Amino acid sequence: MDKQLAQLKFRDPARARALGEALNRVTQEIGRDPISVMHVCGSHEQAIARYGLRATFPRTLNVIMGPGCPVCITDVPEVDEGVALALAGVRVATYGDMLKVPGTKRSLADARADGGRIDIVYSIAQAVDLARDTDEEIVFFATGFETTAVATAAEILRGLPKNLSILSAHKYIPPVMEIVSEMPGSRVEGFLAAGHAATITGSAVFEPFAARHKLPVVVAGFEPLDILAGLLALLEQIRDRKHDVQNLFPRCVNREGNLVAQDKLWRVFEPQGGRWRGIAHIPNGNLRLREEFANVDARKRFKIDIKSLWEDAPSQLTQHCICGDIMSGIAAPKDCPLFGKACIPDSPVGACMVSSEGTCRIWHQYGGVPDLREEQR
Amino acid sequence: MKRNERVSMKHGAGGRAMRDLIERVFIAGAKAIPGVVGLAEMDDGAAIPMGDGFLVVTTDSHVVVPRFFPGGDIGRLAICGTVNDLAMMGATEPLALTCAAIIEEGFPFEELERIQRSMRQACDEAGCSVLTGDTKVMGKGEIDGVVLNTTGVAFTRTLVRDNGMKAGDRIIVTGPIADHGFAVLVARNDLKLEGDLRSDVAPLNELVRMILKRGGVTAMKDPTRGGVSSAIHEMASKSGVGVVLDEQAIPLRDEVRAAAEVLGIDPLHVANEGKALLGVRADAVDAVLDALRSHPLGREAAVIGTCTQSHPGRIRLHTGVGERLLAEPDGEPLPRIC
Amino acid sequence: MCLGVPGKILSISTEGDRADVDFFGVRREVRLDVVDEPVSVGDYVLNHVGFAIRRIPESEIGVTLELYEELIRRADENDLMTADVRGEMNAARKASDG
Repeated sequence: MDKQLAQLKFRDPARARALGEALNRVTQEIGRDPISVMHVCGSHEQAIARYGLRATFPRTLNVIMGPGCPVCITDVPEVDEGVALALAGVRVATYGDMLKVPGTKRSLADARADGGRIDIVYSIAQAVDLARDTDEEIVFFATGFETTAVATAAEILRGLPKNLSILSAHKYIPPVMEIVSEMPGSRVEGFLAAGHAATITGSAVFEPFAARHKLPVVVAGFEPLDILAGLLALLEQIRDRKHDVQNLFPRCVNREGNLVAQDKLWRVFEPQGGRWRGIAHIPNGNLRLREEFANVDARKRFKIDIKSLWEDAPSQLTQHCICGDIMSGIAAPKDCPLFGKACIPDSPVGACMVSSEGTCRIWHQYGGVPDLREEQR
Repeated sequence: MKRNERVSMKHGAGGRAMRDLIERVFIAGAKAIPGVVGLAEMDDGAAIPMGDGFLVVTTDSHVVVPRFFPGGDIGRLAICGTVNDLAMMGATEPLALTCAAIIEEGFPFEELERIQRSMRQACDEAGCSVLTGDTKVMGKGEIDGVVLNTTGVAFTRTLVRDNGMKAGDRIIVTGPIADHGFAVLVARNDLKLEGDLRSDVAPLNELVRMILKRGGVTAMKDPTRGGVSSAIHEMASKSGVGVVLDEQAIPLRDEVRAAAEVLGIDPLHVANEGKALLGVRADAVDAVLDALRSHPLGREAAVIGTCTQSHPGRIRLHTGVGERLLAEPDGEPLPRIC
Repeated sequence: MCLGVPGKILSISTEGDRADVDFFGVRREVRLDVVDEPVSVGDYVLNHVGFAIRRIPESEIGVTLELYEELIRRADENDLMTADVRGEMNAARKASDG
């Protein structure tokens, strides 16, 4: 089968309509309003937004965007570390998504405007190439979930050029699902798990979670049909009061995951607790370099002074941010004291305003969530 | 204005930030002249009433990395950019072009000559010439290579603006989108992508002349920086209409589609240098399409949307499996990891 | 998270650590350090930030689509309302398979 044709099959409008109809029926059978489910994946939100799937969801189905964008939940002090390094004259290489994410006073884009040298790379392999071509010190500001951390780990295990070190802001998804589902008042009845992260970890990683919280988890892919089918499977489980881990993305995910990648990931990184921007302290949510790799750890190689960036005092704003509540579906942007005032797209405070698909960003841009289901065609 | 606010790259990326900067800094300090389409209109150029028509003036500065890329170079870009801005106002017969070159010390003569030959070639295609110019040299490191500024002057009796669309008008794009932006991105080679991506940089004045003869064109804009999304937002909000676009009708080359998927960049946000977006009265669509498709630069033209009375200034995009509001780009498109 | 892009392996480096991958119109070198199982030319792989992270067994595409059909079938039981949609879908499938 030609692969491109296969990809188009996963975007087939007729199949999408059939899945949409089925979704409608199952929500009616459940009968509650609203039925809230959460995805924990920026790429799910990207696909839902890009293909305009929300406009086709049943009216009573509330698909909440969870803390699934690794860039948006990179915490303020972590961004500050990158900014401080760049302003101290170190070349900082990072992924394009990170450029505009705000620190206390500056984003990396601001640091660049102030003379800092920032290189946008598509892969850590490019940062290695950059380092080989120069004697300058280069820091790779490593962001992303476990899927991306695997690439960082592989490159470290191969051996980095002497002038390249790693500033890890990598995050690990499974723990945050616990935190979100334990938030008081959370109405989340099921999770759509991120397909590509599960490619690495395997679907089994979610089994203890599903059993403990009695919440269904469905691993889904990123084409429109993948998402619609994932939601349908999730709703079937909710209707039938099941809480299984179901893998609807067998072309990329199996139960045990990618063992080669897991081995490399855990040889290099260890989980540590840390704050996720605007959400909470997440136990084991951060991936930090193990002691054996101290020699390539930018935090050990450089004395990173982020306090000098704070000018007067560290920003207290994040303490008022309610992104965690918004993401867990118990509050809306209008309930936030910062929304539209201290927190706007040009100077966002919380994760929901950083991401172009974030709930707060979309509210700000369109004056509320534009419900295309209600407007006349 | 916020304290310590500075110009950043997004202010040059063709989106809302750039329009804000122009409005706040340049238009605020400019004097409007009655009857003249000037800075405040933020159209592709200015139009000054003269005799039974308008004198159209436009100017554009060009920097591009790399300077040479598949399908063109900075010289071709400098000519086509200005010729197209004139054409988008309905002025398809440039009277004169000027060119100012600011050159970095140490720049190779050979490269400069190559750029000049390419400007000449583009001028021949557009039926115009550079009549006057200026040269400045700056010290090593004070400027990156070469910057070209071109100004164009032309006369027209059929002034076309970017704000004339009415509900019911159709939106036509003159060919596949996003070729230029992806060709340059890939030619930069830091993404290590390989593929047959070519810039579409071309003078559109002849094509536009042909379609204007058919009548029924209510608005025109070339979707350069910021891509189709930025251009259509501007056209819709200035015209006071909404737009419904059919994503599947928007022509896109396979290579561009592939690059867009790999990099996670929306082709609707990516620059074109040889395409136009047209608002066309419904009864004139067939005639305009005929005219477009009879010209090599318009062979793949397509109707991609309709103007509506509802949701003025907003663009609804039908994706085939759903529907969304099209977002405006807010800065240079960058490859994503998520 | 994690932009994942499928592509087809065109060639593999002699050291076996890198592959040239066709992404249906553009090509790029990807690293094979962390792919889950041995790959060969012609295989499809899922890629993220320049690294292949999974060999995609071709049969799985059909498996996934069958899974979706089954989901629709289950939801459709006793529901004639969707007969027209299913008819349309079957017609579309015939057209695309034909």
